[in-house]
Amino acid sequence: MKLTRQVLMATTALGLMAGAASAETLRWARSGDALTLDPHAQNEGPTHTMNHQIYEPLLLRDTEGELEGALATDWQVSEEDPNVWIFTLREGVTFHGGETFDAEDVIFSIERAQSPDSDMKELLTSITEVRAGEGNTVEFVTDGPNPILPANLTNLFIMDKGWAEENGAVEVQDVEGGEQTFAASNTNGTGPYQLVSREADVRTVLEQFPDYWGMDEFPMAIDRIEFTPIQNEATRVAALLSGEVDFAQDLPVQDLERVAGSEGLQVITAPQNRTIFFGLNVGADDLENDDVEGENPLANRQVRQAMNMAINRDAIQQVVMRGQSEPTGIIIPPFVNGWTEELDTPPEGDMEAAMQLMEEAGYPDGFSIQLDCPNDRYINDEAICQAVVGMLSQAGITVNLDSKPKAQHFPLIANSTTDFFLLGWGVPTFDSEYVFNFLVHTKGDELGSWNATGYSNPELDAQITALSSMTDLEERDAAIAEIWEEVQSETLYLPVHNQVLNWGLTDGIQTEVQPEDQPKVKYFETSSS
Amino acid sequence: MLAFILRRLFQSIIVLLIVGFVAFSMFTFVGDPIDNMLGQERTQADIARLREQLGLDQPFFVQYWNFLGNAIQGNFGISYRQGRPVSEILLERAPATLELAAVSAFFAMLLGISLGVFTAIRRNGMASNVIMTLSLIGVSLPTFLIGILLIYVFSVELNWLPSFGRGAVVDLGWWTTGFLTTSGLQALILPAITLGLYQMTLIMRLVRSEMLEVLRQEYIRFARARGLRERAVNFRHALKNTLVPVITVTGLQLGAIIAFAIITETVFQWPGVGLLFINAIQFVDIPVMAAYLMLISVMFVSINLIVDLLYFAIDPRLRVGKGRGH
Repeated sequence: MKLTRQVLMATTALGLMAGAASAETLRWARSGDALTLDPHAQNEGPTHTMNHQIYEPLLLRDTEGELEGALATDWQVSEEDPNVWIFTLREGVTFHGGETFDAEDVIFSIERAQSPDSDMKELLTSITEVRAGEGNTVEFVTDGPNPILPANLTNLFIMDKGWAEENGAVEVQDVEGGEQTFAASNTNGTGPYQLVSREADVRTVLEQFPDYWGMDEFPMAIDRIEFTPIQNEATRVAALLSGEVDFAQDLPVQDLERVAGSEGLQVITAPQNRTIFFGLNVGADDLENDDVEGENPLANRQVRQAMNMAINRDAIQQVVMRGQSEPTGIIIPPFVNGWTEELDTPPEGDMEAAMQLMEEAGYPDGFSIQLDCPNDRYINDEAICQAVVGMLSQAGITVNLDSKPKAQHFPLIANSTTDFFLLGWGVPTFDSEYVFNFLVHTKGDELGSWNATGYSNPELDAQITALSSMTDLEERDAAIAEIWEEVQSETLYLPVHNQVLNWGLTDGIQTEVQPEDQPKVKYFETSSS
Repeated sequence: MLAFILRRLFQSIIVLLIVGFVAFSMFTFVGDPIDNMLGQERTQADIARLREQLGLDQPFFVQYWNFLGNAIQGNFGISYRQGRPVSEILLERAPATLELAAVSAFFAMLLGISLGVFTAIRRNGMASNVIMTLSLIGVSLPTFLIGILLIYVFSVELNWLPSFGRGAVVDLGWWTTGFLTTSGLQALILPAITLGLYQMTLIMRLVRSEMLEVLRQEYIRFARARGLRERAVNFRHALKNTLVPVITVTGLQLGAIIAFAIITETVFQWPGVGLLFINAIQFVDIPVMAAYLMLISVMFVSINLIVDLLYFAIDPRLRVGKGRGH
């Protein structure tokens, strides 16, 4: 008895010591590492998150998802020309290497991000020219008025022109060309932290940049960051529980209570910018993997409505997600422009009405269909599909579930070779137009690249393309509402829920969850400081 | 002798070619790297362009042929995931796996042989029975479960050992080692036990049964009758004669330890080639998968070759001409 108490005290003491020692060093773990440090080579969450500590964009999103000036202090459309955005640049900013930040660097970085090997170029297609303006400003010229251009720049990092030229990093890393650029493993940003060392997939160490312009504006409580990817979720949780890391992302929902209930640890939560939904192949004349000959049951709107009603979103939230989701009736999360409470309300889960609709549609005995589902992409993705299989069977629809890794699932959507599929979607621009462009517009070479539903409505396409040049924001919002009304009444997609983000932290750290899952360490506060 | 080696070498090359062929025919089923390489905003045109650039639009045997052509010149391509030469990444990751495998193998041999001898000598003792029963658990529990269990007990509950990673490593220029730091050595303990446990129980059971067999032989009885001391009988005469099959099996198991470190490395976030391979599969990083599979098959083929040659050296019957015909 005495012995156990001693051991207990010893371990508590150890835990306290670990807590105190790590007050200024943040040991941070998540499931995956940044793929590269080249800021324009990959458009991917963990890569952007790492680069957000080192580099800065002109604008970024705060914890509420609102735009905030980073390297720009002011941004507005030119009074003379609606096709020009003017960004006023922040004064007195220096790069880690000591170079001064100026308009040249912005022009260089945007042009670099527009080059063919850049993964960021699709967000910049409307920009025809970037030029230095009067005073300390930069002008972005677009091919037509583009009211939402600033929203496309929140992950667009600014590099130093001179540094890139000196080190042969002008070109974006061309993976397929077999190139290895200097910028993939070396950095020179204006951000709050600078790179100390990096071993890909093992450990990345960052240190506070003493000449950071925002030193007095942000808490800057963390002096040093040690980032480690830990792939196995049980190990990641164990590392947090044992005090080996201070901050962990991507916690499995089944372990949240355990973490929150542990001494010295907390779980903080916020809705994520990612909606999970099902897509239906409405465009095909006949489906590949169904038992209805000669016609496509999913082309019938009543069938789609019946399916939408049969999905019990509350049950999925409670049982599959353990409360960690927000059921939704629309495929965008609440902070996206165009979202309304009314659109978000899912249909009542009414099995009788669903059966009624099925009968009216001419399928009183139901039909069978195949559901394609990823099993390593979204939180509990396969379990969501399994739950829905059961729910749809009550409405008479026999669903054969085919779940596979994301690397095999996403090609089905890219090639439109699926009848019924699960997909998750985030909206980095926080505007509905983005969703329309990729998921609603008819599939073509440029737009509609994720629209695997086969849905094509030329009138709606025209409305969607018109959005990009509407300068009157009220008029534009009305147009967005109109498009949503059409999309909702067509029931192309069956929304399930918005994912909820969970970050596990030691008690000594205070911060808020960012909806894009991009923690910015400069906002972190510690209780000891 | 020379003809034998040449024949074996020729066979080895055929095996390697077949492994590569099968691997490349499988890659189509692993999935498509394109969506991992391009972001969410990719267009259909981007997909088509990248597919052509990577040569993914060609039939798999053409891709295989191109891989072979480059591999012969020592060029294994560029990782789709990391954008760095595959050979560089493999060299960077190999020390972690090799150190882990070496420690596991050492641990498995040491404990396996001593426990095997112990349980053979004290055949009906209480301790022997307990060890034998426990060893059954070691054989039947899956590796990842053992790993998670060890992490739970020694990292989360007791806070004694780290749950992930390699600790601090010392960079020797061409090799990174965890042997020279305390945290590096601590980090080795749990993964090494996890990886070596199965091999240990295997060796232990093998030594025990061989030992029991040998102890029944007449020369052991004669040795005892001669009044030799028990220790001399057990270790100088009995154990020595059990070691030949044990060494063969252990040699072959060493290959298995390296190849099957994948699971242990994933559980402990051990930065070796196994973890690299798992990442490559998830990303459909074809150059890394191809190079890893070829590397592992080269390793197995060479271990087999060495074992064959050792037999040749040990067993004189193999050396006599084939012409005698029996």
